[in-house]
Amino acid sequence: MNLSVELSKEDSVQRFHIAGEIDAFTAPVLKDKLAEVQDVPGLQAELNLTDVTYIDSTGLGVFVGFYKTLKANDGYMKIIGVNDRVKRLFEITGLDEIIDIEKGVGENRDATL
Amino acid sequence: MQPYDYVEIRVPAKAQYIGIARLTISGLASRLGFNYDEIEDLKIATSEAVTNAVQHAYQDNEGEVVVGCALFEDKIEIMIADHGESFNYEETKKNIGPYNESEEVEFLREGGLGLYLMETLMDEVKVHHEEGVTVFMTKYLGEEQVGKDVKTVTS
Repeated sequence: MNLSVELSKEDSVQRFHIAGEIDAFTAPVLKDKLAEVQDVPGLQAELNLTDVTYIDSTGLGVFVGFYKTLKANDGYMKIIGVNDRVKRLFEITGLDEIIDIEKGVGENRDATL
Repeated sequence: MQPYDYVEIRVPAKAQYIGIARLTISGLASRLGFNYDEIEDLKIATSEAVTNAVQHAYQDNEGEVVVGCALFEDKIEIMIADHGESFNYEETKKNIGPYNESEEVEFLREGGLGLYLMETLMDEVKVHHEEGVTVFMTKYLGEEQVGKDVKTVTS
């Protein structure tokens, strides 16, 4: 059971590529990685979940925490590449009403802005 | 009573074993004939219950979590206990009473989103408090039962 988080900066957008399973064991890895940049004022973050094979409430909690911190710092967070399973989880919990979620990975690389 | 097979695993109450419980349930559910989405639902519900057990019951990271599964022809019953004693499955099942409102609220406060997901993804969920917490949940094979007992969590 593994989780990897790769960060790449493109223009003014911090892009996170997250791969693997996000549960109570691996969530701290994700949380720490996101925490490295979350206090930057006006941060534009894009989280790519294309390669996330499992997520539960622990992972959702990390995203909510990150979203709140960014919002408090005038930043913006977007989640892309969600598959049907992950999308369903966001819908069940109502988080899709709050967080900007895009199914698949869009061609428009400025979509975050 | 319907015949069933019973499988039980005990894992240390540590986060790295949550995935093991999840994989076990996945294998058993697949064996019973649940479809892909149902198996994913079972994996999440089980992980939520085991995560609760790991995080709340054993903050000193000691002890075990017991995951018991009864495999019926038409359903899977999963019990997750945060106290190390092996289940007497029939006894435990008998003692799982109807919802106790106050207990549920108490558990919710701690469990939060986790309990909500369990109730949404499974057909039945009961929580029993006595010498720790036991979560008892059921999922039926086949579409017709899905959502039958989904309860709405408002708080």
